[in-house]
Order: sequence, then structure tokens, then C-alpha cells
Amino acid sequence: MNSAAGTSAGASIDERATAAKAALDKHTCEIVAWHFDPATGTPFWLDYASKLDWDPRKEIKCYNDLDKFDFFEDEWLRQGKVRSWVPKAYANDPIYTFETGGSTGVPKSRINIKDFRIDYEQFSDTLSDEMFPRGGDWLMLGPSGPRRLRLAVEHLCQHRGGICFCVDMDPRWVVKLIKSSRLREMHEYKDHVVNQGLTLLRAHKNIQCLFTTPKLLEALCERVSLVDYGIKGVFCGGTQLTAQFHRFAREELLEGKIDFVPTYGNTLMGLACHKPFDPADNYSVIYHPPSPRAMIEVVDPESPRKVVGYGELGRARLTTLTKEFFMPRFLERDEGIRTKPCDAYPWDGIADVRPFSGFATPIVEGVY
Amino acid sequence: MIEIPILRFGKVYESIETVTLVHHATGEPFARVHQANSGMVRRDMVRMADDALEKFSTADLIAMARKAGELFMTAPLPLGKSQQSFEDYIAQLSCTTGMPITYCRDNAGKIASVLEKMDQVLAGLTRGLDLKVLDDGYSDASGHMLSFYRAGRVFGAVLPSNSPGVHSLWAPAMVLKAPIVLKPGREEPWTPYRMIEAFAAAGFPREAMGFYPTDHGGAGELLRTADRAMLFGGGATVRPYENDPRIELHGPGYSKVILGDDVADDWAKYVEVMATSIDRNGGRSCINASAIWTPRHGRAIADAVGKELAKHKALPADDPNATLAAFANPAVADQINNVIEHALTEDGAEDVCAAHRGTPRLAHIGRCAYLQPSVVWCESREHSLANREFLFPYASVVECPAAEIADAIGPTLVATVITRDESFVHSLMNHPNVDRLNVGAIPTWRISWDQPHEGNLFELLYRQRSFQFEPAA
Repeated sequence: MNSAAGTSAGASIDERATAAKAALDKHTCEIVAWHFDPATGTPFWLDYASKLDWDPRKEIKCYNDLDKFDFFEDEWLRQGKVRSWVPKAYANDPIYTFETGGSTGVPKSRINIKDFRIDYEQFSDTLSDEMFPRGGDWLMLGPSGPRRLRLAVEHLCQHRGGICFCVDMDPRWVVKLIKSSRLREMHEYKDHVVNQGLTLLRAHKNIQCLFTTPKLLEALCERVSLVDYGIKGVFCGGTQLTAQFHRFAREELLEGKIDFVPTYGNTLMGLACHKPFDPADNYSVIYHPPSPRAMIEVVDPESPRKVVGYGELGRARLTTLTKEFFMPRFLERDEGIRTKPCDAYPWDGIADVRPFSGFATPIVEGVY
Repeated sequence: MIEIPILRFGKVYESIETVTLVHHATGEPFARVHQANSGMVRRDMVRMADDALEKFSTADLIAMARKAGELFMTAPLPLGKSQQSFEDYIAQLSCTTGMPITYCRDNAGKIASVLEKMDQVLAGLTRGLDLKVLDDGYSDASGHMLSFYRAGRVFGAVLPSNSPGVHSLWAPAMVLKAPIVLKPGREEPWTPYRMIEAFAAAGFPREAMGFYPTDHGGAGELLRTADRAMLFGGGATVRPYENDPRIELHGPGYSKVILGDDVADDWAKYVEVMATSIDRNGGRSCINASAIWTPRHGRAIADAVGKELAKHKALPADDPNATLAAFANPAVADQINNVIEHALTEDGAEDVCAAHRGTPRLAHIGRCAYLQPSVVWCESREHSLANREFLFPYASVVECPAAEIADAIGPTLVATVITRDESFVHSLMNHPNVDRLNVGAIPTWRISWDQPHEGNLFELLYRQRSFQFEPAA
């Protein structure tokens, strides 16, 4: 996926983890220097730094030094000042803005220029050419609108030489229907989305790859055999992708014949890849962040500067480190179990992600 | 640790996700219940052979149900990969629910009784229909052609944990030829699992039975997918399905004992029937009375019934004298107690049982919490405690002119009305508030097997069709 993961063949996992950590430290310094440089930097961070009694460019010397920042507040992305997030160096570039789900009030807006393409090109390197054939077309059956997902999946498809067919699903509308107990309308809407997808699958025989959400995958497979429709690989994202669902998807929905690639991501961080399938993991869904461009750490909810031990449950803490967007120490609304580095990703992962249980009021999740 | 798997088409399936049940008294992990993901529930239901029971005659199925009742009470039956004796079942049921052993046995007997008397139960549900009509699709009854078809191709049930006796309600579905898909209550997987195994041992095809412990989402998929279903739960659970004719709702019962104007002065004669209506089965059923309505003497009635109920004390579940259930989750008892205490701060209500109990309502034995009986005298029927139902022996007592009672009582699953006044009976008989009516000093919980209880499963599963038959020449 990146240099740390890909260029150290033959080294032990510990050696590769050390190299990855060094790369992360170096990358962190570069990104901080970029965002806090008056020439290239981001107006929000330059303003932020002007109120500090320390200079991030001097004092951030490694990744762990990011603890000197306060926790990133999502309100900063809801203040209607989206231009303050555009680094000066990119002031004349075409700017996208993408939004988070919007299930918790005003959506958070994040600017993008090329990040979504870079993230998905790196993700592409993790896909098998056999199960996600180059030149094969894709069906993107999921949320588009203000999210980056549609453009990102479409770019992934194009990057692999395919053409992407798209059907929209608006999760904000689904959340409204669920909250008002209009379940019949919710299912009608789901059927409407699935019917459009099936129409495309029937019409375009070169569609061999699918992006969709767990709920829509279930609904599709209730109607047809995706094996019979020529699908070879499914890339699945969304909330609450459990180990049991993972097993159910591989064994039953996809009949043991279609590759299943779960991912965890959001507009703020990017895309975390699933550890390659290993029966020894008993279908546990383990994600690794796209280090050094972003990190996921599992921290003590009561003391979120502290990373929990391996195998322990904690809250997900995200850090994004790209030239387009700097987001240190953001406490996500998810929790999971800290896992060890693996061959493909020599840095920590997070397993069994689910909504953070520490919130007083449950958030409507799982609509994807 | 005991493993309770999913049964998919009657076959054991072990999930990656499990829920651990603890022993109510020790808090120690006791059983692991395998959880179905919601997609599995729906996928299996749409693939279920809905004609799996059609090859049997109704008479055969009645005989098999009788056998299942016997096996339920006596035989070692599979529980996942192990075997469960009847005594194991009773002990396990008590461990995770906190119900006294004696009540567990009583409820098991009730279930067996329904299975063994299935012919009477069906006679009640079908009003004496010749059951061959279910085999042939039609019959000529005294010159009148009758035809029914089964609209409930797959029957689902979202079940509770409060009282095992409720499982007698879905059992006739199997004999009415509808394959079943059950979602057990969280703390009470034992009874539906054992019933399925008893059915299988008695000859019912395993593929006609599914057992899917699952979460809220899975329950929703079950209810969405089933042609016909039963849903047990509190008001908030059943409310979204109130206008869904496919689903028979079993929410709070708000059952009542009502005195007529003509007997109100003789109230002392009826203290026993009022008390037993409230306290039987630990006061955990929807057919337990949660209110007493009388034209007068309300305060005195509350005091006398409270004195009677105060005899129940918190005792360990395995004590042969135990009559109150422990709360498997002690926090629930705390919450209920807080709700009542808060409501008692409003003017016009008093827990008259308190003086007779001599102890607080909430009692603890080790980690177990108990709620001891409460009888609340409400000066007004508008008081917030006047029409409440809780999971322990609780009742309010309110006064109301007899002429206003039928309109004022609100939805009432069982009304026991004690009166000789035919016009008063008539006012209740004609009122949609009352689901089941007992006239006389009959405890609210007493069931007559030849009468439908809380809906009619036959009417839910079958529809009558117009039919004419003229053999070809």
C-alpha cells in the first residue's frame, strides 16, 4: 500500500514496524511544516498557531509529539468557513468539499483536491487482479451526494481500467425514515435502490466488481445470485460490519466464490483497508489505516491520550496527515479492539469496530 | 458454559457472535447464546419450505403435539451439542430469569397442557370447526360449504422473557401447519428451544422450525418477513406495528378486576380473587391484574388486598416457598422502583401495602434485586399510577361510578367483572376496550382451553374463502 509496507520484503515484522514508525515520524514533520508555513499553510492552522505559546514547526519532531495539540474538534469543520481549510499552496486549484454522514446534526465539511484519488489508488494496490479484474466494469450502489464515496469508487474503477455505473442511496433520508418509524417507506426506498442496481447488472454484462453497503448487499443477494451475474469481487463499506456478517457474506451471500473486501473509512480520515483474509482471524474484521497518510489508534475513552493495550477495547482516535488536510487527534464516534501489526500493514490495526458505547444517546447507525 | 446455538431449518448453527447470560444470583457467566445477524433471519425465512407440514393430517399433528407435550416434560432432549433433562431445563430457566423454581414448573406444566390438549385448544380457536377442512381445503358442514386457506405461510414470533407460559400461545401454529421462526427473549431461550426439540422428537420435521436469537434489527427483519407473526413487548416495542394486520400484538395487558355497583359493599368476599389475580406467577404476566376498579370502598379494598399481598417476601429462587421472581438485571428493579417512588410524590396516591410489608419495596439478596408487592390507592383515576403495569405484583385501586367504567378503563386484556347486574356486564361486553371478559369471581389468569386468549391464532393464520364445488360430469 505504501513504501513502509511494500519495500521491505525479507525484513521481520518488527523491523518493518520500526521502519514504518520512522516513516510516520518523518511524514508528520513534513505535514506540520507544510500546514504551519505562512507560504503554503492552511489559514485555520495558521490562525490557530498564532494563539499558541509554542511553534508547531519547531516542537513537533515525531508523530507522538502531536499530543501537544488539543483534540481536534469536529465543530471546527461545521463553522461555515470551508475556505479557511484550503492550504494557501492550493488556493488556485479546483476544490471539492465532501461531507460526513450528517446523522449528528450539521455535517462536517472537508476540502479535497486529490486526496480521494490518492487514497483509492493506494487501495487499488491491495486488490487482486483476479477477483477485481482490470478492465472490468463496476457498479457503485451506495451513498453519493455530498459524500466523496461515489467519486472515489468511480476513480478506483477508472484507475483499474473500468467504467463505473452508479446508483445513489441517500442515507440521511434513511435515517429520517428510521427515526420516525416509517419502516415500510424505508424498505420501499431500499427496494427502489436495489431495483436500479439489478437493472444495471442485467444490462451490462461486463460489470464484474461491486461497491455496496452491507444492507444493500443483503438485499441484492436476496433477489439474485451475484455469482450468476458474473460478479467476482465486492468492496463493502459502511457501519457495523461485524465478524458474523463477514462470515455470512463470504459463505452465503457470495457463495464462497466472490472476493469480499470490507473497508472502514470516512471523509475525514480516508480509507482503512481490511487485513487480508485469514481463517485464523475467525472472520474478525481488522482494519489498518493508510499510514503515514492517516492513523487510527485505539485509546482509553477516559484518558484519550493513552493508547490501550493489544486486545483491549477502546475508542477510535483518528489523525489525518496529508498536504490537503491536517487533523490531529480526532476522537471518532466508534470503538474497537487494538490489534497488532500484520505482514501487509506493519502498524497497529483496529478490530470489530462498532459505535462508541460511551455516548448517552444512541446514534442511528447501520443504514448503509 | 452452556452453548445455545441458532437452529436454522432445525439444524444447529454456531455464530461468531454470542451473548453471555449470567446466573441471576451469582452473576457468573452461565450460558452463551449464539446470535443470528439480521440478514440471516430474512434469508432463511424466504427460503423456508412453507408447505413442510402440509404432508401431515391435522389429526396426526394433534397426536404429535400430544407426544411433544409428554417429551417436553420428561425426555432428555438436545440442547446444542449436549442433552438437557427436564430438571436441567427447570434449573437453567430459573438461573437466567430469576423465576422461582416452583413457577418454572407451573409454567412448564401449562405448556405441556396446551400441547396435550391441542384438540381442545383448536376447537376453541376454530369454534368447533371440523379440522379436516385444514387438510382438504374445504368441507361440507351441514350443507354449508366451508373453505379456508392458510395466509400465514411462515409464522414468526418475537418472544418475551417474562413468563415461560406465554409460549403456549404460539405452539398451535405448528398444528395449524405453519412453519415457525422464533426469536427468543434475551434471558429466556430455554423454553422455545426445548419446545422445538420436543416437536422434533415427536416427529415434526426439523426444517419447519427456526430458532434465531438476534438483536433488535433481527427482530425487525423477522416481523417484516413473516406472513403472520406475534410480537411480545412493552408499549414502545409494539407501537410501530399497531396498524399492521399481519402481526398479533401482545403488549402490556392492563388486566383488571372490576366490582359492580351491586357487589361493591360486599367487597370483602372478593379479596382473595383480587389478590390472586395480582400475584399469581409472580405478577409477571399480562393476564395478571394491574388494577382494581370499584364504585366505592377503594381505600379499604386497597388496604385488605395489600395486607394479603404483603405476605410475599423475597426468597431465593430455589426456595420452595419462593413466590417472587428476582430481576436477572438488578438495575431494572431499581429503575421500576424509582418510577413508582417518583410517581408517589404526586398528591393523591399511597402504596398501602408498605405498612403491611414493613420493608421497602425494593429488596436485595446478594446481587439479586426483588420488588415486593405494592397496592397503590389512587384518589383519582387520572393519577399517573392508576393505569400502569409493572413486572411484579403491582396493582392500583381506583374508584369510578359503574356507569363510567367501561369507557374509562382503557384497553384491557382481561377484565374480571364481579356483578349480578346484566346491564353492567353488557356495557363491558359491548366495549372494544375489553379483549377477554370473565363474569364472576374468576381470577384474571384462569384460562379456559376452549377459548381464544389474546387474539386468535387460527384467525391470524387462516382466511376463509368463498368456494363452490360441483364435480365434473
